[in-house]
Amino acid sequence: MKVAITAKGNDLKSEVEPRFGRCQWFLLVDIDTNEVEVIDNTENVNRAGGAGIGATELIASKGAEALITGHCGPNAFTTLNAAGIKVFLGGQGRVEEMLEKLKKGELQAVEAPDVKGHW
Amino acid sequence: MSSESRIVMTIAVASGKGGTGKTTIATNLAAVFASRGCTTAYVDCDVEAPNGHIFLKPKIAQSWTSGVPTPKIDAEKCDGCGECGKICQFSAIVVIKGKVLTFPDLCHGCGGCSLVCPMHAIEEVEHEIGTVEVGLSGEIKYIAGRLRIGEAMSPPLIRAVKLEIPSDSIVLIDSPPGTSCPMIEAVRGADYVVLVTEPTPFGLNDLKLAVETVRELSRPFGVVINQCDIGDSQVEAYCRKEEIPILEQIPHDRSVAEDYSRGHLLVESSKDMRAYFNRLADKVLAANRESSTSKSASL
Amino acid sequence: MKELVVISGKGGTGKTSLVASFAALAKRAVLADCDVDAADLYLILKPHIQQREAFYGGKVAVIQPDQCTGCGLCMEKCRFGAITEHESPSDENQLVYSVDPIACEGCGVCYYICPEDAISLVETKAGEWFISETRYGPMVYAKLGIAAENSGKLVTVVRTNARRIANEQELDFIIVDGSPGTGCPVISSITGADLVLVVTEPTMSGHHDLTRVVDLTTHFKIPTLVCVNKWDINPSVCLAIQDWSEQHGVEVAGRIRYDNTVTKAQIAGKSIVEFGNGRISSEIKTLWRRIEEKLR
Repeated sequence: MKVAITAKGNDLKSEVEPRFGRCQWFLLVDIDTNEVEVIDNTENVNRAGGAGIGATELIASKGAEALITGHCGPNAFTTLNAAGIKVFLGGQGRVEEMLEKLKKGELQAVEAPDVKGHW
Repeated sequence: MSSESRIVMTIAVASGKGGTGKTTIATNLAAVFASRGCTTAYVDCDVEAPNGHIFLKPKIAQSWTSGVPTPKIDAEKCDGCGECGKICQFSAIVVIKGKVLTFPDLCHGCGGCSLVCPMHAIEEVEHEIGTVEVGLSGEIKYIAGRLRIGEAMSPPLIRAVKLEIPSDSIVLIDSPPGTSCPMIEAVRGADYVVLVTEPTPFGLNDLKLAVETVRELSRPFGVVINQCDIGDSQVEAYCRKEEIPILEQIPHDRSVAEDYSRGHLLVESSKDMRAYFNRLADKVLAANRESSTSKSASL
Repeated sequence: MKELVVISGKGGTGKTSLVASFAALAKRAVLADCDVDAADLYLILKPHIQQREAFYGGKVAVIQPDQCTGCGLCMEKCRFGAITEHESPSDENQLVYSVDPIACEGCGVCYYICPEDAISLVETKAGEWFISETRYGPMVYAKLGIAAENSGKLVTVVRTNARRIANEQELDFIIVDGSPGTGCPVISSITGADLVLVVTEPTMSGHHDLTRVVDLTTHFKIPTLVCVNKWDINPSVCLAIQDWSEQHGVEVAGRIRYDNTVTKAQIAGKSIVEFGNGRISSEIKTLWRRIEEKLR
C-alpha cells in the first residue's frame, strides 16, 4: 500500500506538516517495499483556493491509497473519500515515526474532517 | 421642480482604510440631496460590514437571497469524461476516479463547466452567498447587501446589489474599504468618487493606494479630510502636490462622535454639520458638471 | 509558539495601533501584517527589508489582436463583463475585442471557447511580500498591487512565512494584524489561529460588526477575546457590548479610553506604549497581560 505523508522537508527524518493542501512536500511511501517517492506540492501551496482538492488530485494520480497528515478540512475530505484514500489525522513528530505507528496498527482512519475550510 | 431634482449621478464614497467616515459621508450626503428634493438612493456595497441601515433606519420593503450559479450534475447523463474539471480554474468542480465532485463555496459562477460538458449533464443552481435588501428611509431609496457569514466572495453579491440601482436618481454608493476586488466592484462605473481620509500617517498611506486605484479605474475624484484637526498636514500637502481637489475638511467634534455612536444622522442633529454637508454636496455636483463637460469636449 | 490574530470587523477601530504596542510588549514575537489592503503596521515598525518576493495571484485572459477575427463569442460567454468590443484601428467595419484585466476573473471560459485560439491565460503579478527585521523582531508583510485580486492567498503566504520564522528562531508568539470585514482575507487570517482579539469601538456600527465577526470566529471555532477601544466615547454602548459579549460567552479582555496620544504616537512613528507612559499605556499593558495568560 502506498501512503502519502505531508512533510516539512523531503526525507523521512522531516517533521510531519500539519496542513494537508498547502504542505510543501508529500513523501509517498510504499509500506511493503519501503520505496519512497518525493512529491513537490508547490503548485497547490500557491493556489488561490481549493488547495486540498488539488493536493488530493495530485496524490491520487501518484497512486496513494492512504494519507497521514495533521488536519483536514471538509472539501479535501470529500475529495479524498471520492478518491478512495484513507485518512489518518493528528500526524506529528517525524515522518518515519508516523510510518512505524501505521505499520503497528496504532493509527485509526477517520470518517470526518476535523477542521473547517480555509485551514 | 428645480433642475437639481432631476440630477442623475452615481457617487461612490470610498477609502483605502476603514473607519474614516465613509458611511457617515454617504448617508449624510444622501440625506442632504433628498432634503433638496432630489430623487436619491443610498446603496450599501460594504456587504461584509453593512452599516448604513444604522443611520438611515430604512423600512425594508423586500429582501431576497442572492447567489452564484453553481453546477449540479445529472449523474444519469454524466460519463465522467473530466472536461468540466479541466476548464475550472477554481477547483470548484473536479473529477476523481470517474466521480464528479462540486464545491459551491469555491465556484465563481463562470458557467464554464456547463458550457463544455459534452453530455449536457450540468445544470446551474444558485448557491446562496447573501441577501439583498431594498426599502425606503424617508424619501431615500435604500439598497443594501449583506454577505452570509463564512462566505468568502463578496463581488458577486455587490454586482447583485448594483443591479437594483435606479437610473433616475442621485446614487450614493457606500463602498467597502481597501483597494482590492470588492472595492473595485463597488466603484466601477461611478460618475464621481469621494475618497474619505484622516490626516494621519495611516490615513495618508491608505489614501495614496486608493488614489492609485481610482486613477487606474479612470474615475474623477476628490478628497474629504474627516477629523481634519486631529493629526498633521501631510494629507493636505499630498493633495496639493498631486493636484487633487480637497472637497471638504470636517473638524473633529466630540459631540459629533457621540451622535455617530448613537446612530444619528449628523445633518439632523447639528447645524454645523448640515452646513458642511451642503457645501460638500454643491462641490460634488460642480465637480461632476466639470468632468462631464470635459468628457463631452474631448469626444 | 502561539498565534494571536487581531481583527476588527469594522475598520478604523485602532487595531493596528494596538498591534504595534503588543509588538513592543511581547518581545520574542514575529509580526505579520495581513491587512494587505491597508498595510499600515510598517509605518510604525519601520522594517529593514531582508527578502523581497513577487506574488503571483490568479490569471487573466489576454486576446492576441492579430489572431482575433472579431466573432464576439468571448464577449457573449463572459459573465463578468470583462470583454469589450471596439472598432479595429485598421478597418472600421471590423470589430476587435479586448479584455479588461480588472474585471477579468481568470475563469478561462473565453480561452476555452475561442475558435481561433486567440486568447491566452497569463499569470499576473498581484503584489509583493517582504521578510524584514524591526526593533521588535522579525516582520512579514505584503503589498497588494493596485486593483489586484486574491488578497486571501497573499494573507496565507504572509502567515505561512511568519510561522516558519517563528519555528526557526524558536519565538514564542506570532502577532497578526488581520484585515477588516468578514470575507476572504479575514477568513484566511484567522483559520488555525490560537486566539483572536476583536478590537471594536462603542458605536452602533462597531457593535453591529462585532456581532458579525464573532459569528465568524465561532463558525471557525477559534477562541476569541474582545477589546472595546475608545470606550468612553459612549459608555452606554460600551456596556451594551459588554452585556452582549457576556451573553455570547466572549470575554471582554480590556477597555481602552479615547486618547489623542494614539494619533500623536502614530505621527511620531512610535507605538503607544513606547511614546508615553500615560493611563492609556497602562490599559494596553493590562490587556496584553490578559492575552498572554490566555495564550499560555
